Amino acid sequence: MLVGKIFSRPEKFSIYYRKTLREIELLGLNSLGIVALVSVFIGAVITMQTAYNIENPFIPRYMVGLTARDTMLLEFASTMIALILAGKVGSSISSEIGTMRVTEQIDALEIMGVNSAGYLILPKIIANVFFFPILTILSMVIGVIGGWMVCILLNVITPEDYISGIRYAFIPYYIFYSCVKMMIYAFIISTVPAYHGYYVEGGSLEVGKASTRSVVYCSILILSVDVIITQLLLS
Amino acid sequence: MIEVKDIVMSFGNKTVLDHISAVFARGKTNLIIGRSGSGKTVLLKSIVGLLQVTQGEILFDNIVFNKLDFYGQKEIRRQIGMIFQGSALFDSMNVEQNVMFPLDMFSDMDLQGKRERVNFCLNRVNLENVNHLSPAELSGGMKKRVAIARAISLNPKYLLCDEPNSGLDPQTSIVIDNLIKEITEEYNMTTIINTHDMNSVLEIGEKVTYIHEGHIEWEGTKDDILHSQNQHLDNFVFASGMGRKIKSIM
Repeated sequence: MLVGKIFSRPEKFSIYYRKTLREIELLGLNSLGIVALVSVFIGAVITMQTAYNIENPFIPRYMVGLTARDTMLLEFASTMIALILAGKVGSSISSEIGTMRVTEQIDALEIMGVNSAGYLILPKIIANVFFFPILTILSMVIGVIGGWMVCILLNVITPEDYISGIRYAFIPYYIFYSCVKMMIYAFIISTVPAYHGYYVEGGSLEVGKASTRSVVYCSILILSVDVIITQLLLS
Repeated sequence: MIEVKDIVMSFGNKTVLDHISAVFARGKTNLIIGRSGSGKTVLLKSIVGLLQVTQGEILFDNIVFNKLDFYGQKEIRRQIGMIFQGSALFDSMNVEQNVMFPLDMFSDMDLQGKRERVNFCLNRVNLENVNHLSPAELSGGMKKRVAIARAISLNPKYLLCDEPNSGLDPQTSIVIDNLIKEITEEYNMTTIINTHDMNSVLEIGEKVTYIHEGHIEWEGTKDDILHSQNQHLDNFVFASGMGRKIKSIM
């Protein structure tokens, strides 16, 4: 029923368009910092751990770069970032909409004749589904740079070996696969917290509980969907 | 005119509104009074369709509102202005954006026209130079005034107020009451006010409906209240020691 209300015809497209741009700024652009920070450290740690665990003369050193790249592309830039965004963006969506519910702001929208579910949730879905794949690509790039930095700073392998590995057997489909996954995660991160916030009853305590619950459900759903999508797209 | 016919509202086994029928006339301040938990807010929310009644009809100028589909109800709602207990201003918008929001959504006015209308509405509620303040920067009374300005921005036919004086000092309450009354007469609106503030009742209660345990116990004007023989109404109106003394003198 909520999904039906979300996707019903907007009252005025220009208002929804402006709100979508604002949501891109609030939910997407404001997440650039955390995504960049997490990605650089993940890239660095993956590279270090791979290098320390592949101490075999039969395995070429450039395999460290290849492993770091594919791990970032296939899993970390999408699923790990999605879990972080579920915490940051998901709880923000849930608490924002939940607070609007308990302070009667949603009732005020309904009384005005505004489809509150559509007005509040649809721009968030569009913004996240559009912008989160960009964050994924950014995470891939920064993660790979993070690995390269530890090669320079800690000399775990030579930067030349790392760059060779990064370039070796590159499969562009992995980027597509990761972006598709992230679009589905973005839908989950937008709708599940919105649902919990929209139907919250009570006061600030319940808003907090709804926010926590939404992050937990989002995380479980993201990991479950990860298995399904991987089977569908990579098998 | 708003009319409710034989409304029943139940939550599970609990009946909150029990066969309520009333007519709220245009151009008058219609007050619904009653103790906390008597069903006032449920009645008001049922009238605007935020709660679905179990039985009965709600008519806005003879159109059966609760039988309309989603889009039909939306059309009627655009003619309703509502003031909520906590003002319900949008936190993410400043005062100007709050008052402009209904105009943005439902009018084809250009930006200049909308700004003029916003300033007119804010002036009408005696607010100036607050356009760029956020709701968090306003006092309780100012929030109510902004809520009134937002409610009248689209020239509504109906104005519904849920405890508009809640949390305000007596003087500010009177100012808000008189403002609502003036606006009601000026725009010939059908106004329903939910309150348990006796000052409001005696100040602007042109028609007063007293609800007790989910049913209408008494109806009359503010002047009739003072001479009412209804025990429940007396207990409500003259609840304080001072009130009982006044009643004994009368």
